Amino acid sequence: MNIASQVIEIISEQALLKPEEITLDSSPADLGIDSLGLVEAIFAIEERFDISVPFNANAPQDSDFDISSVATIVQGIQALIAKQG
Amino acid sequence: MRRVVITGAGTINALGQDVASTMEAMREGRCGIAPLELRDLERLQIQIGGQVKGFEADGRFNRQQMSLYDRFTQFTLAAAAEAIGQSGLTFSGDLAARSGVVLGTAGGGVSTWDDNYRAVYEDGKNRVHPFVVPKLMNNAAASHVSIEHNIKGPSFTVSTACASSNHAMAQAFALVRSGMAPVMITGGSESMLCFGGVKAWEGLRVMSKDACRPFSANRNGMVQGEGAGIFVFEDYEHARARGADILCEVIGAAMSSDASDIVMPSKNGAARAMAGALRDAGLDRSEVGYINAHGTGTAANDKTECAAVADVFGPHADQLMISSTKSMHGHLIGGTGAVELLACIMALRDGVIAPTIGYQEPDPECALDVVPNQARAAPVQVALSNAFAFGGMNAVIALRKI
Repeated sequence: MNIASQVIEIISEQALLKPEEITLDSSPADLGIDSLGLVEAIFAIEERFDISVPFNANAPQDSDFDISSVATIVQGIQALIAKQG
Repeated sequence: MRRVVITGAGTINALGQDVASTMEAMREGRCGIAPLELRDLERLQIQIGGQVKGFEADGRFNRQQMSLYDRFTQFTLAAAAEAIGQSGLTFSGDLAARSGVVLGTAGGGVSTWDDNYRAVYEDGKNRVHPFVVPKLMNNAAASHVSIEHNIKGPSFTVSTACASSNHAMAQAFALVRSGMAPVMITGGSESMLCFGGVKAWEGLRVMSKDACRPFSANRNGMVQGEGAGIFVFEDYEHARARGADILCEVIGAAMSSDASDIVMPSKNGAARAMAGALRDAGLDRSEVGYINAHGTGTAANDKTECAAVADVFGPHADQLMISSTKSMHGHLIGGTGAVELLACIMALRDGVIAPTIGYQEPDPECALDVVPNQARAAPVQVALSNAFAFGGMNAVIALRKI
């Protein structure tokens, strides 16, 4: 399974939606994921990809990890995996 | 209904190991938050805290006591000795039989759990010390205060996360006011600055890696602290009859539950607790000069708390002062309201308002007088102390100058 479909699976679980209802353009906020749900999704992503995501729920916009859409989350994960080597 | 006064105070926290040094640090706007010193620190994302340093428990307690006292109990006993010493009370006869101890803690003996889990899981040991259970239990600190000082009436521990010590003090106030107890030892303590204690908080993603900056637009989370604050709540007539030095009067308390979310704060719940404390104390809102805020430095708490203050106080919200001393001593979780009550006592007794340090940028959602960065001299007759906990449980205490 590629990164995008794994992220969609994680997001769909948090949003209580079917994976088909989520696209690369979907944003967690539009899908009704609140800040606590987002923290859980980030945790699931860290566990799934064995990475550490820099994310502070107080200032998501200042975190060095763009959570505005599924696509940006996938890019962020790719960058973190690459950095880890 | 009896009047209730405070006749003793004691503390241990990152700013000082007694009341005088803590108040001095608050007056000077000193920051007690610093790099943590603890085992496996390199595996933590969050490496700062309001840690008590240079506290030598070994010199204070004997070997038998050390096997029974978790750090949260050590802090409690040291602060209780200061508070009870200041009050001048000794407990015997009827006074001992009717007086009690109600303390708050969220986690109890967290480092005892941590050390012993390590021993059995990480080190593979199959045996732990016989006193692990009485050392880690949440009521251990209250029990040891009662044992040490011969206090034999109603004693118990209250655990409501970050509001624990305010709920405990509200309960102690009710017990003295109703006439059930002439004296209650109250307040709270916490000691979670161990690997597991910090790791758990880290998981929430609400912790700051650099500083606690309540109400500042660039705030980025809370910082944990540790320590204890202990007070002697006494029947006013009892205190007066024996010529005690009275620090201030406790005039009201209120508790409310949000009944909404397990972590997100509610403006309505916070407002109902503050309004309830005013009503309980028979106060007009215009009489309140200072509020010691819950002020955690998280995005959610600070704006919700300011909105609640605006709702309750109306136009007077712009006249009163509100500061968060967590910027200096960190968030003592279940002990925080107790240490913060010291800032209220300082405001009432000395006319010095503790500042919110680390304040860098105004936030339009927190547009109140937060006493930024420097303490202020101002006479205050009435002060409130707020505590709003995870679980949506809130407790507010009202104090008056005497």
